[in-house]
Amino acid sequence: MRIVVCIKQVPDVTDVKINPQTNTLIREGVPSIINPFDTYAIEEGVRLREKFGGTVIVLTMGPPQAETALRQAVEAGADEMILLSDRAFAGSDTLATSYALAAAIRKIGNVDIILCGKQAMDGDTGQVGPGIAEFLDLPLVTYVKKIEEVEPGKRIRVEAMNDYGYNVYEAPLPCVMTVVKEINEPRMPSLRTKMKAKSAKLTTWKAEDIGAPPERIGLAGSPTAVWKIFTPKPRSGGEILHGSISEMADQLYAKLKERLVI
Amino acid sequence: MDYGFTEQQIMIRDLARQIAEEKVLPIRAELDEKEEFPFEAMNALADADLFGIYIPEAYGGFGGGALELCIATEEISRICGGVAVSYAANALGAYPILLHGTEEQKQKYLPDIAAGRKFCAFALTEPNVGSDASAVETTAKRDGDYYILNGSKQWITNGGVAGTLTVMATVNKAKGARGLTAFIVESGMPGFTLGKKEKKLGIRCSDTRVLYFDNCRVPAANRLGREGDGFRVAMNTFDCSRPGIGAQAVGIAQGAYEEAVKFAKTREQFGQKIIGFQAIQHMLADMATQIEAARLLVYQAAREVDKNSKDGPKISAMAKMYASDVAMKVTTDALQICGGAGYMREYPVEKYFRDAKITQIYEGTNQIQRNVIALSIIRESRDWK
Ligand SMILES: Cc1cc2nc3c(=O)[nH]c(=O)nc-3n(C[C@H](O)[C@H](O)[C@H](O)COP(=O)(O)OP(=O)(O)OC[C@H]3O[C@@H](n4cnc5c(N)ncnc54)[C@H](O)[C@@H]3O)c2cc1C
Ligand SMILES: Cc1cc2nc3c(=O)[nH]c(=O)nc-3n(C[C@H](O)[C@H](O)[C@H](O)COP(=O)(O)OP(=O)(O)OC[C@H]3O[C@@H](n4cnc5c(N)ncnc54)[C@H](O)[C@@H]3O)c2cc1C
Repeated sequence: MRIVVCIKQVPDVTDVKINPQTNTLIREGVPSIINPFDTYAIEEGVRLREKFGGTVIVLTMGPPQAETALRQAVEAGADEMILLSDRAFAGSDTLATSYALAAAIRKIGNVDIILCGKQAMDGDTGQVGPGIAEFLDLPLVTYVKKIEEVEPGKRIRVEAMNDYGYNVYEAPLPCVMTVVKEINEPRMPSLRTKMKAKSAKLTTWKAEDIGAPPERIGLAGSPTAVWKIFTPKPRSGGEILHGSISEMADQLYAKLKERLVI
Repeated sequence: MDYGFTEQQIMIRDLARQIAEEKVLPIRAELDEKEEFPFEAMNALADADLFGIYIPEAYGGFGGGALELCIATEEISRICGGVAVSYAANALGAYPILLHGTEEQKQKYLPDIAAGRKFCAFALTEPNVGSDASAVETTAKRDGDYYILNGSKQWITNGGVAGTLTVMATVNKAKGARGLTAFIVESGMPGFTLGKKEKKLGIRCSDTRVLYFDNCRVPAANRLGREGDGFRVAMNTFDCSRPGIGAQAVGIAQGAYEEAVKFAKTREQFGQKIIGFQAIQHMLADMATQIEAARLLVYQAAREVDKNSKDGPKISAMAKMYASDVAMKVTTDALQICGGAGYMREYPVEKYFRDAKITQIYEGTNQIQRNVIALSIIRESRDWK
């Protein structure tokens, strides 16, 4: 089974700081990690390989230093690494990113399953996985929390989260899935995978290698415009009423009335 | 600090540290309290390939040696001495096979040990046999293609969980050390049973057992070396494994020292942080210095063992003895710095203190180490001018 896992390198911060002048992320001095959701996608890919044999190929589009994320993915159990890196990709929005990743997956060829994280910790749109499926014209299941059954080369049955519980879907293979953290618990690296990661060969593809025309990638291929990035005002602390229940009920009524809620 | 580690040794250190901090730290107090064998932690170490780091690649390992084992053991000990000994005792049981096994014996037993599929133990000590290893009373009597073992062993680390055990018995008590013979015993062999699990001062999650051999039939093919080689097997094993006890001691001392520093930086008395008192600072300075000296001695001993150098036995004994004495001193002082809090089980320091003591006792007490060192001195000085 040939499995491609798309991973994104993101800054290791839960509270991302934004430069108010330029409205961009402050990346200096922030260590990079694999987007946390993507670690579950890697683990699921590795489990599928352990069950059915085959290869787990990790794919990322990013600057040259994204190689570190790819090597970390090999430490986590992946086999091969492909980096899409080219100045021509700079400024790609989710559309252009999906386009480029889809073109790379087409070039990889004979892929059975494409796994993505549910969303990226920094960009947060959750659009890249669906975008890839669209460009490759493949079935898509998002928010997968369990793979129930696989018939290699034929079909897959999965459980996908919704707001109330989960849906069970069947899809023909090949297909694209985005996964949530409930799907598994990623393993720790082992000495074997660490050594493999150290020596694994990096394949780097440029725009022309995947046949991506300049107008579909980078700034030119990105219709999205970022108008403004701002931090929402934190909610104020609220007010706690005191007194007997009927006193508090009266106070509450008065306050609601005062604010014209009732 | 750069200790001259190879890339692979650094990977081993990082992996062992990660497992210790993420998988052992959260459960160490509970393991100690309940005296439960740390199966989960062992599995994590096995999954990370750390059971095979001192075993040649031909037998499923990674081709390292005593230094690799010391690096991993030190890191685990920094978090929990009990988990560390449960891990390291596998090597104590495997070394006899590694050093004296035939090709068939190695092929048969080492891959399972290297993968952590089977735990391993080393059984020498008996009710009447401690420091004087030559006095073994467990007997082995040849019976065709088998040996029949009779007797008992006590205080055997991993005794209750091991699938493979190397056991010392005598084929002729009258011959003393020259009667000693080593055997590979599998846990399922008829006539082999487990006795009680000991309750201990420290390293309480480790499994320390009484073993019984009641007409236990062991295939002759499982004899290590020739009849009478047992004493040599045991002594060569200790020469290799002693730096590992030193590493345990260094890790325990390091863990206790770090707790003491953290405590001293937060605890206030007389209107200031206690780390501001010179008396405390000097204690910490001594601790840090002693730990570093012990660590360097342990690494050097492991390197000598891996080179198979003639200085190996002496420096191994020095490393084990010195590092364990340092561990006792440092954990005592760390507890002192933490005052009453250090004495409380709610805090981790008293556990380091309890765990440290064993390193002065097993694999030869520190008195016996001094005997070993003195013997080397006497030998070396023979041809001094
Ligand atoms: C502050 C900021 C500035 C930006 N600047 C620009 C800009 O200048 N111009 C512009 O057009 N766009 C810009 N972007 C958007 C950027 O292109 C997106 O972050 C990117 O397309 C991925 O989208 P996402 O982060 O929402 O990922 P999601 O769609 O949330 O990610 C879902 C999954 O898709 C996969 N995936 C995502 N990205 C990659 C990747 N690069 N390689 C491999 N797999 C991946 C992963 O599996 C991931 O879990 C910016 C975003 C931010 C937050
Ligand atoms: C927790 C634990 C785990 C153990 N694990 C194992 C194991 O896995 N396998 C195994 O085979 N054994 C194991 N042992 C046994 C351990 O190796 C022995 O306890 C140790 O060798 C000392 O023997 P002893 O306790 O009988 O002390 P003794 O030999 O009775 O010594 C008592 C005291 O006399 C001193 N002494 C003895 N002889 C001399 C001398 N010639 N000169 C000066 N002083 C001397 C000793 O230093 C000690 O202070 C373990 C013990 C413990 C406590």
